[in-house]
Amino acid sequence: MSRSTAIAAGLGPAAAEQSAAAGPRRAPGWRGPKLRKKTELTILLAPALILFVGFVLVPIVIAAYYSFYSWSGYGPLNDYIGLRNYSYAFQDPAFIHAIEHTLMLTVASVVIQGPLAISIALLLNRKFVGRGFLRTVVFAPYVLPPAVTGVMWSLILQPGGFADQVLKSFGLGGLVQLWLANVHIVLGTVFVVLTWQYLGFGIVLLLAGLQNIPKELKEAAEIDGASPWQVTRRITLPLLAPTVRIWGFITIIGSLQIFDIVWILTEGGPANASGTISTYMYLEGVQSTDFGFASAIAVILFAFCFVFALFYQRFALRRDTRGAITRAVG
Amino acid sequence: MRSSRALAAVAVAVATATAVAACSSGSSSSSSSTSTTSGASSSSSASASTSAGTAAKVTLTWWNNATNQPLLGVYTSAIKGFEAAHPNVTITNVPIQNELLQDTKIPLALEGNNPPNIYQQWGGGVLGQQVASGKVVNITSDVSSWISGISGASGWQANGQQYGVPVDLHVVGFWYRKDIFKKVGITVPTTLTQLESDDTKLRAAGYAPIAVGSKDRWPDAFWWEYFALRDCPQATVTSAIKSESFSASCFATASTDMAAFLKTNPFQTGFLGTSSQQGAGSSAGMVASGKAAMELQGDWDPSVMEGVSTNKGLSSELGWFPFPQTPGSAGSQTAVLGGGDGYSCTGSTAQAQACAEFLQYLDSPSVQAQIVGPGASGEPVVTSESKAITLPATQTAAAYFKTASYEELYFDTALPTKPGQNLDTAIANYFSSPNSGNAAAIANSPQTP
Repeated sequence: MSRSTAIAAGLGPAAAEQSAAAGPRRAPGWRGPKLRKKTELTILLAPALILFVGFVLVPIVIAAYYSFYSWSGYGPLNDYIGLRNYSYAFQDPAFIHAIEHTLMLTVASVVIQGPLAISIALLLNRKFVGRGFLRTVVFAPYVLPPAVTGVMWSLILQPGGFADQVLKSFGLGGLVQLWLANVHIVLGTVFVVLTWQYLGFGIVLLLAGLQNIPKELKEAAEIDGASPWQVTRRITLPLLAPTVRIWGFITIIGSLQIFDIVWILTEGGPANASGTISTYMYLEGVQSTDFGFASAIAVILFAFCFVFALFYQRFALRRDTRGAITRAVG
Repeated sequence: MRSSRALAAVAVAVATATAVAACSSGSSSSSSSTSTTSGASSSSSASASTSAGTAAKVTLTWWNNATNQPLLGVYTSAIKGFEAAHPNVTITNVPIQNELLQDTKIPLALEGNNPPNIYQQWGGGVLGQQVASGKVVNITSDVSSWISGISGASGWQANGQQYGVPVDLHVVGFWYRKDIFKKVGITVPTTLTQLESDDTKLRAAGYAPIAVGSKDRWPDAFWWEYFALRDCPQATVTSAIKSESFSASCFATASTDMAAFLKTNPFQTGFLGTSSQQGAGSSAGMVASGKAAMELQGDWDPSVMEGVSTNKGLSSELGWFPFPQTPGSAGSQTAVLGGGDGYSCTGSTAQAQACAEFLQYLDSPSVQAQIVGPGASGEPVVTSESKAITLPATQTAAAYFKTASYEELYFDTALPTKPGQNLDTAIANYFSSPNSGNAAAIANSPQTP
């Protein structure tokens, strides 16, 4: 402790001296700092900018370009069909179902995972024996790669598998279903697995948000005679709101694009009953090598996410990002 | 070694023929012989210069899906054998996981400027699509001297030209557990009615009669396609694939027959969610572990079962029988569904020529015997080498294969990729709910945009 303060004290004046010495020397040149700032910006931003343009913007433009062609991936790009890929997409019941499934998963993620994550985070924010262990356990599924999760759950959920055995051993054999083979419940099964995987992420994010709420506020409220519920309702939750909004953003974008777990669990089946926009895109693009059509799907998905992101930034995240986004936009 | 001697003999023969043709006065017969040998003469001069040791170095990259033994070892030693006979040729073997290879790497490579010189494909309409890239070399003249001895080679043609060569063939049929059949007291069915009564007995004895991996969709397609082969004359099947439409009434009959069969509840519980090859819960795993008595699959199935099961005595318990007959229906009762693994060539003329020579080497009897030998799967393209097959069930399949009235390529491969995938999806949907709307969807599936 004492040594670290000594070092801090030793460093402090030296640093201050340095900056003081640097200050006046630069002051006379008017253009100097501006030029320096520009150079700095260029050097620091260029790599990120090049990567962003090369790996994000250019592919989006190329995908949009491909989407106007009927193109199998072989041979030249010469069969221009205008917007027909888009009209085909919206005429295909499988794609309409894929949109429905994607939206259902997205809404369910927010409506069910949200309150669950908040309540578990509030619980885990209290002091009790084994809290650290429980936090680790809750976060553990998120650490698994989604592919591993998919394979593991497809084994657990196979007919007569672990899930069925557990239900039977509790005398709940009547609840046993064909989890992945029944077209009516397969989407629900997929959602449960998604929740298992991603709930931990929400909890950890919200726990971090809870750490940032000053204790003094709660203490003051308690001194004023607020009940624990009132403290949670009036102090904790409002102050947690920015974190919840960020969690919502990540969850919704993630749900709109969900692919890996769904693909491994069901490949979008049976009979498209669990297909999402991304699995549909993969089927059409990679398996059917209809790259023009799949590009159109990609553009539609991009448009979905982009429009959502803009609206969310504008209306939900506005307070959190004031000065960063809002000023640039406005 | 044997093949290089054969090659030298061919070279001499061709050179003599050309010389004779050049000397003779231009009668009609000699001019035709000139035209047939003109394509081959370039290869003869090349192989002649090879033996003279003046040929330029040729480097070939070989993409295949032989990531596991024993085929990996067979391919590695084939490269060694070929390089020893052709000192100017170097082949780099690049085994790539199957789905990655077929779905992603090959399409992208054929779009790029440096595709692999030898790459694996399954022939049919997909090969036709690949040919459209302009990168696949027409090797008709390079293989004309020996291709007639290769079974199934016509499946690797596009526009009547040879754009690839098969190195092994596959046949789809029933892989069944002899021990379970014996225990339940049933025999191998020859008609669909017998199969259905066997199923009833198997279910009564507590077994899932037939396992199917519907999650992957293509195993469902095997079923519907076999019903189509039984219900439709060969000409109808051929023209349906060529015109990419299954609107002929016999295909509707096939759908109806399929629905009637599905009604007998022949498959394992929850078959719509079962994968075909992954893990003990897959359809192959269920047969291997004795939960199911049989499954309709290609002849790679025994090796898949071995991979997902700990049952050491499996190979002796496994039997094979063809898809049952449906007496009275319009199609061939002994037609088989199948396919094979083949290779195509890309690159410069010298590379394509070396590639064709390498494919000839792979199709030589000694290498064929290794390709279908112990632990491997499939039938040889040189029928005499089916004696090298060690697994009794596969031997049965190979013997039947020789007597089949004809072999039809899996429909999803015979069609171009998208119509083929549409067909698989439509059939899988029909499996999930066999109603008239889904049957109509099968008929139109290849046409779906």
